[in-house]
Amino acid sequence: MRRLIITAALAAFAVAAPAVAQDTVAITGGRVLTGTSIIENGTVVMRGGRIVSVGAGGAPAGARIVDATGKTVSPGFVAVDSGLGVSEVSSVGGSDDQGNSANTISASFDVSYGLDPWSFTLPVARQGGITRAIVVPSHPGGSGGHNHADDSDFAGVGAAGLQSPGLFAGQASIIHLGQGTDILVKPRVAMVAPFGEAGAGVAGGARGATFTLFKESLAEVRLYARNKAAYDRAGLRDLSLSRADLEALIPVAEGRMPLIVTVDRAADILQVLRLGQEEGVRLILDGAAEGWLVADQIAAANVPVLLNPVMNLPGSFESRAARMENAAGLDAAGVIIAIKGNSGSIHRAKETRYNAGNAVSHGLSYASAIAAITTNPARIFGMAGDFGALAPGAAGDVVIWSGDPLEPLSIATAVFVNGVEQSMETRQTLLARRYMTGGTQASGMPVAYGN
Amino acid sequence: MIFDRLRGPSPAVIACVLAGALSLSACATMPDSPDAADGSDSKPETAALATGLDPASSLNPFPSTYQPLPRQNSAIVGATVFTAAGTKIENGVVVVTDGRIAAVGDASTPVPGGHTVIDGRGRFVTPGIIDVHSHLGVYPSPGVQGMSDGNEATSPNTAQVWAEHSIWPQDPGFNTARAGGITTLHILPGSANLFGGRGVTLRNIPSITMQGMKMPDAPYGLKMACGENPSRVYGGRNQSPATGMGNVAGYRAAFIAARDYKARWDKWREDGEGSPPTRNLQNETLAGVLDGSILIQNHCYRADEMAVMIDIANEFGYKIRTFHHAIEAYKLAPTLAREGICAAMWTGWWGFKMEGLDGIEENAALVDAQQGSCAVIHSDDAELTQRLNQEAAAGLAAGRRLGLNTREEDAIDWITINAARAIGIEDQTGSIEPGKRADIVIWSANPFSVYARADQVFVDGSLSYDRTNPAYQPTTDFELGQPGFGRMPTVAANTGAR
Repeated sequence: MRRLIITAALAAFAVAAPAVAQDTVAITGGRVLTGTSIIENGTVVMRGGRIVSVGAGGAPAGARIVDATGKTVSPGFVAVDSGLGVSEVSSVGGSDDQGNSANTISASFDVSYGLDPWSFTLPVARQGGITRAIVVPSHPGGSGGHNHADDSDFAGVGAAGLQSPGLFAGQASIIHLGQGTDILVKPRVAMVAPFGEAGAGVAGGARGATFTLFKESLAEVRLYARNKAAYDRAGLRDLSLSRADLEALIPVAEGRMPLIVTVDRAADILQVLRLGQEEGVRLILDGAAEGWLVADQIAAANVPVLLNPVMNLPGSFESRAARMENAAGLDAAGVIIAIKGNSGSIHRAKETRYNAGNAVSHGLSYASAIAAITTNPARIFGMAGDFGALAPGAAGDVVIWSGDPLEPLSIATAVFVNGVEQSMETRQTLLARRYMTGGTQASGMPVAYGN
Repeated sequence: MIFDRLRGPSPAVIACVLAGALSLSACATMPDSPDAADGSDSKPETAALATGLDPASSLNPFPSTYQPLPRQNSAIVGATVFTAAGTKIENGVVVVTDGRIAAVGDASTPVPGGHTVIDGRGRFVTPGIIDVHSHLGVYPSPGVQGMSDGNEATSPNTAQVWAEHSIWPQDPGFNTARAGGITTLHILPGSANLFGGRGVTLRNIPSITMQGMKMPDAPYGLKMACGENPSRVYGGRNQSPATGMGNVAGYRAAFIAARDYKARWDKWREDGEGSPPTRNLQNETLAGVLDGSILIQNHCYRADEMAVMIDIANEFGYKIRTFHHAIEAYKLAPTLAREGICAAMWTGWWGFKMEGLDGIEENAALVDAQQGSCAVIHSDDAELTQRLNQEAAAGLAAGRRLGLNTREEDAIDWITINAARAIGIEDQTGSIEPGKRADIVIWSANPFSVYARADQVFVDGSLSYDRTNPAYQPTTDFELGQPGFGRMPTVAANTGAR
């Protein structure tokens, strides 16, 4: 009996063994969502880790054929505003490298060094079709949906109490979710700064102070950048930021590195847009719960938005105009939006697709919803064409679904990252299988002997 | 006439209150034991206690004033009906008369005269969705200082507090929950304490007062909490409980005190000798658990801790009705089914703390697969409560991925009839069966689809929400005049729900 089980397990493993990226793989017969269009009965061909063709034609000779007849094929989804790879168990400090509290390492905090390719959160997210993530330093007011610490949250405890040490929370990285030893795609792709209530908290309590602090900080950065030699021989006036933070902020001040600004209130959004213009800073809005009230201004400023479309309650005084239709309203005004997952897009990054579906049921077009979890995140973070779309030249990040990927009843049946088919096994599927027979084994031995 | 269920420690009296009227009718007095069946003259005369000092005369001090909204008799015709009684009826008919389900069946079911016909073609009908774990009103939106009333985190045992006294009926979350199909909610205190206090069941209609939402015939719950939260909160203050074993000592000490309290009252009622016991609200609630009138709603993540809680219940002679946040229910599913304990679960949540580490999407489907089980999907969250149907769908899909063949007509139970059973109102609502309260949702599409929206929501047969009719889209006082009030985002045409 036991031998039979082992044999079956080995067989399952053999089937799940990843293909090597050098193979040519052709996914045929499926309904293909390219990220920008839909092809019925399409063929997606990958070679060398990248997509080489997408269309209605057949598979090239010699290709490994993956039959997706009756299924839907989509680009891998991108989790934005995520903690994947840097946070294992949210409440266990030693397993969390997403937040830093030293006030001399704020802007210079770089999440990329804490990435763990062996994180058990990655396979779970992959099962939800996530193949890339923008990993951001944790920051108050961010993370989408809301952080859930169950109902032990009472006044003063919980996500609302999170405060970064300075106005800047640190720098984000792009990762892929493929199995292997290196998931880092690109470090230091954006700087994160909370504004609104959280930013006011950092600056001393009032919003006005946040803007003064921000301008003062950038003035210091520019002064430092012009006078590095003087700084090094202590010939410059005292600066409030550490040298590491000053250095990290130079690309922000020069408009080379975008600044992710967490901001929800419509009035704050307008102030931040003005600030961006005045300081020559490239902005990405994060949250924007009341964004729809100023959608035209956001569109005119050509500033993209990362948002969670299921935030529809006045959780605080800065989100009193929150609506389920926020995503649709911003999209209709011409704003580039990316849709976030829930609870910081770590353990619940897999729910990103449901959030996109709920945006559709509240007025967003299906095409825009797919773009908001594929091509738009790539565009927003300067990776257009590199991933997020089923198009020649893009990374071979492809998911095959049993049906419409935005539906909770659909499941991912195969996931490719960089052209390599990934295992669908997670710590959670192992638990489910172990307890499938009610916590006992026919052998009489405890389930702990089962696998 | 509505009979209020006993809520006090001693089942001596059934208070009978005329529905909607303040006057008390002549109340039947029930004997509290076979020995006393001959009536009061077999017991010694005892002096009447001063008002408020006798728990038995104060069983229902905050009575429900709930009144159904104006309604008319109706019949929903042509929809696909999930009855939550094991069937899915295509092209069905649901007849609602005087706020109750009068009939449900296939297209041949007759529609009585005087009933408004609601066209259900292309749509789906389910029982009203029930969320057994909600903090709406006690942790309302906005979640700001001054409004955080869900945890009396001042002592490990606060069985004396009642969640209903913290409820702010103007929480906008009640309206958004209703737009997601929620017709009944169980509002609990938080989980900072071993005993958090009493939970209360609400009908989800707008009301100026808590009493106006309070479900008349629903039993109270007692919120208990296992695990990390109490030991973290009190251990952090260098007091007990600081550990799991401290938690268990705390539960047992409380039930010893409650057993003693109940025995003293029972004896005094029996023989009337000496001074009556002093009323104690903390022990009164626990004594209500011991006599079965108050249901245990136990926050408990880990399977091993659930097993200990079951032993404690056996030690003191009470039943656990439901384990909430039962992340590891799947590890103990046969035991839970055998004990008749419901497991209230999430599908997607895991990993936010150690006791949540082993949360799996297949949990509800695995629990449900046991004969006699009671799998429930709950929210604990003002956002998730709006989409319990989707949370159930994700759990259903995960079970199928594992090879379980759960049917949609059974998975609907997780958010309807099983949820009703979890809070002790399964005889009144939770399924579409004749005689039950007509709590009904008409969905725009299959409720297991992400695109389905609740088109119309009925509470006791009364239309309480209509997605296309602003006259049935209530707003709270709080929402009036706020930023964006009365406006909606401009969206592109030809998009949205199916």
